[in-house]
Amino acid sequence: MGNNDAPRSLRALAAALASGETTSVALTQEALARIEATDGALNSFITVDRDGALAAAKAADERIAAGNAGPLTGIPLAHKDIFCTEGLRTTCASRMLENFTPPYDATVTQRFKSAGAVLVGKTNMDEFAMGSSNENSYFGPCRNPWDHSRVPGGSSGGSAAAVAAGLVPAATGTDTGGSIRQPAAFCGITGLKPTYGRVSRLGMVAYASSLDQGGPMARSAEDCALLLEVMAGHDPRDSTSANRSVDNYVDGLDQSLEGLRIGVPTEYFGEGLDDRVEAVIRAALADYEQRGAKLVELSLPRTSLAIPAYYVVAPAEASTNLSRYDGVRYGHRCENPADLEDLYTRSREEGFGAEVQRRILVGTYALSSGYYDAYYKKAQQVRRLIAEDFRTAFGEVDMIAGPTTPGVAFGLGAKTDDPTAMYLEDIYTLSVNLAGLPAMSIPAGFVDDLPVGLQLIGQHFDEGRLLAAAHQYQQHTDWHLATPPEVQS
Amino acid sequence: MSVSSDSVREIALLARLRVEDDELPALTGQFNAILDLFEQLQAAPTDGVEPMANPLDATQTLRKDEVTETNQREALQSVAPAVQDGLYLVPRVVE
Repeated sequence: MGNNDAPRSLRALAAALASGETTSVALTQEALARIEATDGALNSFITVDRDGALAAAKAADERIAAGNAGPLTGIPLAHKDIFCTEGLRTTCASRMLENFTPPYDATVTQRFKSAGAVLVGKTNMDEFAMGSSNENSYFGPCRNPWDHSRVPGGSSGGSAAAVAAGLVPAATGTDTGGSIRQPAAFCGITGLKPTYGRVSRLGMVAYASSLDQGGPMARSAEDCALLLEVMAGHDPRDSTSANRSVDNYVDGLDQSLEGLRIGVPTEYFGEGLDDRVEAVIRAALADYEQRGAKLVELSLPRTSLAIPAYYVVAPAEASTNLSRYDGVRYGHRCENPADLEDLYTRSREEGFGAEVQRRILVGTYALSSGYYDAYYKKAQQVRRLIAEDFRTAFGEVDMIAGPTTPGVAFGLGAKTDDPTAMYLEDIYTLSVNLAGLPAMSIPAGFVDDLPVGLQLIGQHFDEGRLLAAAHQYQQHTDWHLATPPEVQS
Repeated sequence: MSVSSDSVREIALLARLRVEDDELPALTGQFNAILDLFEQLQAAPTDGVEPMANPLDATQTLRKDEVTETNQREALQSVAPAVQDGLYLVPRVVE
């Protein structure tokens, strides 16, 4: 920890670019060289776009020279391979989209392009964002940079691993049930899942449309604030995009912790939580208290119901969304179909992996005639109760804090045989998506040399306060600067 | 509640997925484990609770009925497995 080679902040990189100390081409070449040297072992990238990145870097250097640079101009970053990139393969880690080159950019992709950021490649993930370990990837599992025998978390595992290993200073992710926060926690980086609707979903391959949300993954809250200012904003082409102005997150980082009321839910410290993870989280909370925040014990009584509610709602929406993959308009098509039915079923069987097929089946069942009321409607009712728990809590507190995950990163293969055991990993993250709230995971310490994430949950559109609370913590702790052994050497 | 292998096969048909016979027993077991998880929902009293479809309770936004997209048929069909004369090709469905 604290070595001189620790990756620099986005602000420091921008300053180095502005002063002429370095160029975007140099930064991009360095990133490409690091990927070349270390990603064979990590597998955090599905596609690296060397030529595109160098061309974008050259254009960025011209823009900087012309005095038109923004805060991200010339900075190399990676997108989760769920964001459509015009002319660059977008696979969603599925055989279904193995050869899919989108004819258009996602709004998020477009916004980073306009900002002059340099896209070096597309990161590994669980297929169609379904998973908590990055093991459900057609392109092979990604590994945790802190311990290659362990998972980086998922589904945005490649983005988390790439940032943690210092391959790129920042990346995008998406979070449907914890897919930004959990890998951020497992890899020791900072990740933010914004309020539902804050970031456009246009061109972000759909998994569960009422839960999906894109967000930034980087080393610090300050970096995430810079990235979110670019990502967030109303998009008339996404009908669920929030039509409200975007706060100036960077300027708001200085808000003091004095008087901040932080709710600590009893249910987030119960059975299943690793004692040593709990100790790390309690120490982080004590730190907040010492700096002027007020801790308030409270209850979110329906927390455990978030697991069944999520695993009905998300697969139901997925089964609908993924019906578009029919082997006709784009995506994988089987060889020599006997008839149309054979074309549909065989293309889908060959194109989708086991977990995706499982969720499509479960979702189809939950939406089918005779079971709709018992499962889907019931889950949507429970969803409202979970949202109401949060609303009640936010009557008393400004934000809620607890662990992001029940334990540290688990071993590859440790939970693959039992899908429901994997689902239980998501206990602290799912309810946030059901309620559409913003939440972050920030590094708060280590257990057995593996990172532990502190989760901060805010009220709708209160990203500014979350980022400030995380930034204040990072001003006097250095957990977020810790880098895996291989990056230090 | 639990389902049989036959039901799983039936659901697979609805979802246009093919399930191999040798995969069916394991898949049915996993399916029932997931349904057991779902059963926990039944413990929650929900009488009179409005189902929540959108986390912000937003309703569908409307826009003027105007043409806003240009014709991009060629670009969009460039990623199709098989096209001819601007049409998607599929196996013959009408004799």
